[in-house]
Amino acid sequence: MNFLEWYRVDRLPSIFCAGCGIGTVINCTLSAVTSMGWRRNDVVFLSGIGCSSRAPGYIRTDSLHTTHGRALAFATGVKLAEPRLNVILFTGDGDLAAIGGNHFIHACRRNIDLTVVCVNNYIYGMTGGQGSPTTPVGARSSTTPYGSTETPFDLSELAMAAGANYVSRWTPYHTKELTAAVKAGLETPGLSFIEVMTQCPTGYGRANRLRDVKEFMEIFRMRSMLKQKADRLLKEGKPVPPDAIVIGEFVRRSRPVMGRRG
Amino acid sequence: MTQIMEGSHAVAEAVRLSKPGVISAYPITPQTHIVERLAEMVADGLLEADYITVESEFSALSACLGASATGVRVYSATTSQGLALMFEVCFNAAGMRLPLVMTIANRALSAPLSIWNDHQDSISLRDSGWLQLYAQDCQEAHDLHYIAYRVAEDHSVLLPAMVCFDGFVLTHTYEPVDIPGQEEVDAFLPAFSPYQRLDARDPISFGMYATPDYYMEFRYEMERAMQRAKGVLKECGKEFGERFGRDYSDLVESYRLEDADTALVAMGSLCGTVKDAIDEMRGEGKKVGLLNLRVFRPFPFEDVKKALSGVSRVAILDKNVSIGSKGAVGLEMRDTLYGTGIEILDCIAGLGGRDIRKRDVRRIVGLAEAGGGDIFYGLREEVL
Ligand SMILES: Cc1ncc(C[n+]2csc(CCOP(=O)(O)OP(=O)(O)O)c2C)c(N)n1
Ligand code: SF4
Repeated sequence: MNFLEWYRVDRLPSIFCAGCGIGTVINCTLSAVTSMGWRRNDVVFLSGIGCSSRAPGYIRTDSLHTTHGRALAFATGVKLAEPRLNVILFTGDGDLAAIGGNHFIHACRRNIDLTVVCVNNYIYGMTGGQGSPTTPVGARSSTTPYGSTETPFDLSELAMAAGANYVSRWTPYHTKELTAAVKAGLETPGLSFIEVMTQCPTGYGRANRLRDVKEFMEIFRMRSMLKQKADRLLKEGKPVPPDAIVIGEFVRRSRPVMGRRG
Repeated sequence: MTQIMEGSHAVAEAVRLSKPGVISAYPITPQTHIVERLAEMVADGLLEADYITVESEFSALSACLGASATGVRVYSATTSQGLALMFEVCFNAAGMRLPLVMTIANRALSAPLSIWNDHQDSISLRDSGWLQLYAQDCQEAHDLHYIAYRVAEDHSVLLPAMVCFDGFVLTHTYEPVDIPGQEEVDAFLPAFSPYQRLDARDPISFGMYATPDYYMEFRYEMERAMQRAKGVLKECGKEFGERFGRDYSDLVESYRLEDADTALVAMGSLCGTVKDAIDEMRGEGKKVGLLNLRVFRPFPFEDVKKALSGVSRVAILDKNVSIGSKGAVGLEMRDTLYGTGIEILDCIAGLGGRDIRKRDVRRIVGLAEAGGGDIFYGLREEVL
């Protein structure tokens, strides 16, 4: 699918570091959006603040670049005032789960008809690699110089528990699956949450000796475990390795929705 | 000992030596280097404090407020959007008379998004009941923290304090900074002795409901404390000078004002540029000087009036604007100088990181001499 016309080519090159995974996430998202047959004025992108939140700046549609953590609150206004629009958010783990955590659970609870694409790179990338609510225990960051001690959030579990109608998790290694997941999210009425475990070679990588993108991809390939397999292991009473990245579709359901046209 | 260090690290050193028991902050450019260094100090055991990582600035300042209410010295740092998010807690802390100290790495406010320097963030909280000190270089940024703790915690004041220093211009600039020893700091800034605190044996409540019969008196008490803070600032600034050789006994700094016809008025790092421009103009026989407002809250009316008693006109460099009115410093100056006949030119300048150079200072002096009205200085007419 050619979505070059959806890019603000004049804005390139982007601010993203070499090897950053955000570009892949944008490509997969745009690929899914164009496969829906929508025109550019059918879609509005919103974001908060962060590297991941810069994404709408490179997309040639209407967009709102809002405050850190609160794009969902702004998006609620957009969607309810103009239900005709397909509303898509780009966010990061810091943006969504730290400062925006409250907005996130309430948007899921209300099940507003939006699609949220979350770049979870385990770190605050834009501000220079501080620990975030998804930094794994033991991982280093500029605010956890000897390793984080706090229990991280599982964002997909959180979205499911809070009531989102569609939840799935992939990585930039799984571009086909990720594209299909975004498309499924766009098709599912209600809040769709797509979590993308993503490499940040600059912030997370530098602190954790993972500067090489190939290494990241190898981790995404080797440690990813399909949800079905993880479920089977659990059923059989066998442990899921603690460093496994459980990927796949977590839920697709039809709880009552807010903001659906018609 | 004098060391070359980044402004942010100079502030982190001052915080370490001030021995807060609790630090809580949320990262935001250009404050990050301060809190990262503090996190490192705590992790390395150089500073015995609880460093609480939180999920937003609102939580950061709330955690500090809670800790302060239990009677420990606390510290936070933020800027711009982060400070905006703290708005509610700022008023709470002042109203509860808790002497929090916070660094503001001054930055412009969104929208449009800007990470560059101006004073709109802290100025927007001028009514919150916090003391506001503005540093002109990294050494001052370091020193003013000790003074801020002393004054905020003084039982005749008990108000929180912001130490403001310019984002990037100072936070990310390396300068020689004299870092005192722990014993010297301890002698100037003893352990925090709370006036009252949460104590289960003697329960008290902070922040309760005040009916219209009481509310105004609470606010008036804050105003009185703010006025008393002027004297305490002077005393502490003097004592600091005696101990450390850098005198802060004046709430304003006068530079070559003695025989000046035109006074420039500025805050923060801009003062360095203005002083250089003044030296050049003086060399050409122009009688110009600078009034550096080191303290913006409490506003030093008397000191300003005295320092400017001999001038014919003032030109204000306001790195903020109250849209629909004027710059905050300009408004204070008009109030202070009312009836003196001194001409006032208020220039809104340097917003969102636009550079103010020596040649701009010269032009502004020229505009003031020509008797022009208030302006946004240096607009790019071609993009309007
Ligand atoms: C109220 C407020 N606080 C803090 C910031 C500073 N800030 C900007 S981006 C960011 C974190 C970004 O992390 P994340 O959302 O994970 O996105 P990433 O950059 O990693 O893609 C922070 C703390 C801000 N812009 N506004
Ligand atoms: S800091 Fe990390 S998340 Fe941000 S652009 Fe660079 S690699 Fe990407």
